[in-house]
Amino acid sequence: MLKNINPNKIFSLTTKISKTLFFIFIIILIIGLTESLWISPEDYKQSHLVRIMYVHVPSAWISLGIFSFIGILSLFNFIFKNKNFSLIGKSLSTSGFVFCIIALVTGSIWGFPTWGTWWAWDARITSMLLLSIFYLMYILSWKVFEKNKNQEKISSIIAIIGMINVPIIKFSVDWWNTLHQSATVKILSKSSIHPSMMLPLLIMTATFALFSLIIFIMKYKAEVVKLKNKGLDRL
Amino acid sequence: MINQLFLMNGYGAYVWSAFGFTIFCFISLYYIAKFQLNREENKFARKFTNLSQAKIELAKTQKINKKILVNTPNFNF
Repeated sequence: MLKNINPNKIFSLTTKISKTLFFIFIIILIIGLTESLWISPEDYKQSHLVRIMYVHVPSAWISLGIFSFIGILSLFNFIFKNKNFSLIGKSLSTSGFVFCIIALVTGSIWGFPTWGTWWAWDARITSMLLLSIFYLMYILSWKVFEKNKNQEKISSIIAIIGMINVPIIKFSVDWWNTLHQSATVKILSKSSIHPSMMLPLLIMTATFALFSLIIFIMKYKAEVVKLKNKGLDRL
Repeated sequence: MINQLFLMNGYGAYVWSAFGFTIFCFISLYYIAKFQLNREENKFARKFTNLSQAKIELAKTQKINKKILVNTPNFNF
């Protein structure tokens, strides 16, 4: 199975599907924006302010998901010694970082009218800030240690240590008294969110996931071409 | 109705700035990623054209090199 995860095969596959993916992304984005800004109802307490949820929550989910994936890939890199895992992780990190920043900024915009403050050193918000720092450290490790032979190991260690923060973010609202509300969307038990709000939330999550896939494809292809550039030098 | 969409009971500034920031990040990230990919592809094409004929033939045996060049803007493969 690992033989199939090689840059040449992924490059060929992604070249074929990237235009189709972009087309699907635009369509879902239009549907998602219409649903979240227009069709979905106001909240009985927060009124239209609840619409920020449709960009805030998917960004937080995607950034957490990407970091968990990078952490798992880093572990696999240590076990299977397959350099392609770290190449995939590197290509995913930028979009994960941007989604983390979007979650923090939109959360702050949402926080001001609801809590009366732009920022609070609350467990959930602080742990998300820590995630963005781990992202930054991971991205910088690729640049700072570019000529170091242990570059991959260093970035993998950062990702693996950063993974400890992922369950802390998830359960922070249950473990501590936080200003941030507890989870309304649950996988194992019944969600407390109304279906009319759940639908745009899911559409926007799909849109954001698709966008991160598009960015991943471009970043990954750039990394592969960079490697091939070095290959031409060695001919 | 249009007023309602923009003003949102006085919360319009917050909602639109959150969505605007997200869209701005999306557009910036997309163009940065596209720019980086184009830069690497053009660099590859430049290096490829500067190779000797024997090395070009050797490089052409790798399928992926062809695919990179086919996708490179302003390069006739």
